[in-house]
Amino acid sequence: MYRYDEFDATIVQERVQQFRGQVARRLAGELTEEQFRPLRLKNGLYLQLHAYMLRVAVPYGVLSSKQMRKLAFIARRYDRGFGHFTTRQNIQYNWPQLSEAADILEHLAEVEMHAIQTSGNCIRNVTADQFAGVAADEIEDPRIWGEIIRQWSTFHPEFSYLPRKFKIAVTGAPDDRAAVRVHDIGIRIVKNDAGEIGFEVLVGGGLGRTPIIGVVCRKFLPKQHLLSYLEAILRVYNLLGRRDNIYKARIKILVQATGGEKFAAMVEEEWEKIKDGPLYLPQAEIERIHSYFAPPAYETLPDNEPAFETAKLEHPDFARWARANTVRHRVPGYIIATVSLKPESGAPGDASADQMDLMADLADAFSLNEVRVTHHQNIVFPNLRKRDLYALWQRLKPVKLATPNLGFISDIIACPGLDYCSLANARSIPVAQRLSRHFSDPRKLEEVGELRLNISGCINACGHHHVGHIGILGVDKQGQEFYQVTLGGSSKDDASLGKIVGAAFSEDDIVPAIDTIVETYLANRTGRDERFLDTYRRIGIDPFKEALYGPVPARRPAAE
Amino acid sequence: MALFQHGALQPNNWRFVGDDAAIPADGPVTVSLKRWQSEGETLRGRNEAVGVRLKNDESPLSLGQVDLHRLAVIEVEFPKFTDGRAFSQARVLRDKLGYTGELRAIGTILRDQYFYMTRCGIDSVELPEGKPIDGYLAALKEFSAWYQPASDGRVTVLELRHAANANKKGGAALLSETVAAHSI
Repeated sequence: MYRYDEFDATIVQERVQQFRGQVARRLAGELTEEQFRPLRLKNGLYLQLHAYMLRVAVPYGVLSSKQMRKLAFIARRYDRGFGHFTTRQNIQYNWPQLSEAADILEHLAEVEMHAIQTSGNCIRNVTADQFAGVAADEIEDPRIWGEIIRQWSTFHPEFSYLPRKFKIAVTGAPDDRAAVRVHDIGIRIVKNDAGEIGFEVLVGGGLGRTPIIGVVCRKFLPKQHLLSYLEAILRVYNLLGRRDNIYKARIKILVQATGGEKFAAMVEEEWEKIKDGPLYLPQAEIERIHSYFAPPAYETLPDNEPAFETAKLEHPDFARWARANTVRHRVPGYIIATVSLKPESGAPGDASADQMDLMADLADAFSLNEVRVTHHQNIVFPNLRKRDLYALWQRLKPVKLATPNLGFISDIIACPGLDYCSLANARSIPVAQRLSRHFSDPRKLEEVGELRLNISGCINACGHHHVGHIGILGVDKQGQEFYQVTLGGSSKDDASLGKIVGAAFSEDDIVPAIDTIVETYLANRTGRDERFLDTYRRIGIDPFKEALYGPVPARRPAAE
Repeated sequence: MALFQHGALQPNNWRFVGDDAAIPADGPVTVSLKRWQSEGETLRGRNEAVGVRLKNDESPLSLGQVDLHRLAVIEVEFPKFTDGRAFSQARVLRDKLGYTGELRAIGTILRDQYFYMTRCGIDSVELPEGKPIDGYLAALKEFSAWYQPASDGRVTVLELRHAANANKKGGAALLSETVAAHSI
């Protein structure tokens, strides 16, 4: 993984001192809260309902075991013993003190971490495919580009006061695990007809109140021009993005108002003038960054590992977990496992300090000292020998880290909701917990199969409800928490936005309603290999409406 | 308002003349882009310095390259400190149009944004008379390395890495050299 050199270390260290000074000036009253707000936000410090929240950057989701241990230490010393992994592959602490924030940053800097640009109207910490470098279907490693973008965007003098936040995601595989189509900029590593590897650049995707799927801004961008092209997009946005209305300020609104083609032409015009300037990436620099992500020294192993096969036969629980939570590794004899942070009754994405320490130990023992955070709020062990998988599982199981539910209905994405967040209309975590209890039978989960359920506590959509196969949105009805349900969303290559199924459900009715939706799917699917999303796309929303609300009145054919 | 320039607060004798007001016979003035475009001929004939104040939504490109060297100053606005359009306007003026004259920021100029302004090519800012400037000077020294190229010609981390390789010099030595080169 990437290692800081003197320059990186100096910048992060100087940032700690700068922030320490900013906090001191705030506490001394030299800065008003209004003036301090964007400064603390650019350092991931939010003022929540009950306390400050600090969001720490995990660039493109990669963590060393040493870093994970430091996160556990911070959870113990500065929080209440927990950390919360987020949909942007970061970690949040819900109970730090303002006066201690700089101390936390200092601890982070010791392990080459920071909280730079995890919030605020700037280029946020970049995200990537959690299986980068190990996925069997990968064209090229997106971490290299994540790191190049991280450096370019860090304290970018021109783009630190954008109209609104700006999120970039990179994927290196055709199977999009980074949700690039719902980002301000999505970067897909692609191979063109001439066999060259470059980028397809998508722009203007996003969720929030106005969910929009991104459009192609450039079909093929040669690698060495990545930064100049990003700079061109950001410049057009910074100059022309709306600043009169916070809800219209994201780049997606500008792209929609301008028209995708015209927007792309404006970017092209800007880019032409700067593409061969100082942002041009020399091959040597690309290779230098690349070398940090060179594959570790894998052993030569047979792909078929008898001990692994035997363990599965002897331990059906283990076999079930292995079926649900692992995917193929690009190297024979190795496997990728994802630890679900969605145990029954848990808060999605939460890990205790002890669990973090254990995962760090297990990464050292089994996974070449590294883990990854996923945007589904889980933790990946990217480099496991198949023969070690059973031993790993045995250590995970006693601490509730072996839930066999990856990609199933209880692998819920949820925002912190009204339990923590000052923007929320309704609680998300208790709904997720009740659903996880309702859908706790592993046999049932496997029977239902792949089903993405996402919960947001308000229209800002931090829980990505629009792109859940089933989405739940908390709304406020005369002071009561209600839950609106959408069906048919996806954040993958076939990205789509969910449709509202009907009137919202009360807190008591939401779990039975989800159950009805699942049963309707099971009754209508052609077989086990037809996923919920496929069935929904085939039969449409009406059978679900009928099951939930009674017969749907005959309608005139909808105008297209 | 005073002008903060070359590391010190300077007296400011510039005046912005509204579109309907008469241009005074004496003293340097700035005018709107609109006025510059319609009365440029007359204004250029003036014996005193003339500058243009760009609004936030006006493209620097509409100044036209020919005119740029006749301008003593271009002002860009930060009407609210959260409005960062002028950062891009400044970069377009410096990098794309090659403007080399004084580039002045007016409006809300916070200490914590000042360094970014200088990186974008802004070389003077308007501050209230008597405003303590220690914080602004300190802001220039908070960092000793910068990742991205901008309009101030500061050596980037990429260039330093390259130099460190070529000269077999330690990064620390190079860092202190850059800091020295950029102190006021």
